[in-house]
Amino acid sequence: MVNGKRTLIIIPALNESGSIADVVGEVRGELPGVDVLVVDDGSTDRTAAVATAAGATVAKLPYNLGVGGAMRLGYRYARDHNYDVAIQIDADGQHDPRYVPKLVDLLDDNDLVIGARFAGEGDYTVRGPRRWAMVMLSAVLSRVAHTKLTDTTSGFRAANRRVIDMFATWYPAEYLGDTVETLVHTARRGYRIRQVPVAMRKRMAGTPSHSPARAMIYLGRAFAVLTLALIRR
Amino acid sequence: MKLTLVTGLTGLLLLGTIVELLRRRQLREKYGMLWLAVLVVVIPLSLFPRLLDNVAELLGVASGVSLVLFLGIVFLLLVCVHLSWEVSALEEETRTLAEDFALLRAEIDADRAARDELVSTDG
Repeated sequence: MVNGKRTLIIIPALNESGSIADVVGEVRGELPGVDVLVVDDGSTDRTAAVATAAGATVAKLPYNLGVGGAMRLGYRYARDHNYDVAIQIDADGQHDPRYVPKLVDLLDDNDLVIGARFAGEGDYTVRGPRRWAMVMLSAVLSRVAHTKLTDTTSGFRAANRRVIDMFATWYPAEYLGDTVETLVHTARRGYRIRQVPVAMRKRMAGTPSHSPARAMIYLGRAFAVLTLALIRR
Repeated sequence: MKLTLVTGLTGLLLLGTIVELLRRRQLREKYGMLWLAVLVVVIPLSLFPRLLDNVAELLGVASGVSLVLFLGIVFLLLVCVHLSWEVSALEEETRTLAEDFALLRAEIDADRAARDELVSTDG
């Protein structure tokens, strides 16, 4: 329970045996009374076993479906087990669970709340094509959602029952679709979206990619996904 | 002139069909992008078939039209190979699913048998 609401924390994880135990442990320590579901997206390491040992419920996918596929399973679980709130948290430890009550509070007046970097807290910076992609996505999605969104690809989000029901039946599995397209879809259907500033921490394990070519490809794909999301109904 | 009209209209019709399929979410993004990219090349060519004549000459092909035919066949061949690859991946996935399902059923049956055993010895 967080603020009187039955809350499920969904953690999609792919080969995160190095950090998943700490993340699950921290969530359970900071938020007593919430349930934790780790969706193991076809890991080849011991992610599922480690997460179970740390006290999470684990749903193990037989093969890799991508973050979108893992998250739809998470939302279906939330719907079928009658949760009021479902919160997505990354398995690499960059999201601080102490922000969760803040996100849940805002769900009283909103349907989807996003924990956003670059919104005043923390010191996360990006440059080059990745920055351009983020600026473009923020500008367009802010207009579509009628609210200021600065970190549209954030994997730290809280959904209420209405949005859980929608995501349980519809959640894109395509690259960037799980963040960008879901925002367009949610906003178009009249749900209220809000962002809250959160500080992000360094990943506990693994390294982010920093090659310029990849960044350009990312920009191109972001543009394509956004255009497609806007013409889709 | 008549030919340009026919080929141009065909190109536009294909473009419309693909965009509409994408809009209705009948095509996944990766395939949609592929076909849109193809049309971006095909539509100008259908309107101005002579565009490739210079390139054709450079490659020693008699006319631009032959070059288009050649490239078209190579492209279709690649698409076929890609689709076979996708089908192989899908077959592997359904196989894994079937195994998972059988394992689950075996576990449930074993659980049920153990429970029945317990009930009959209690009663």
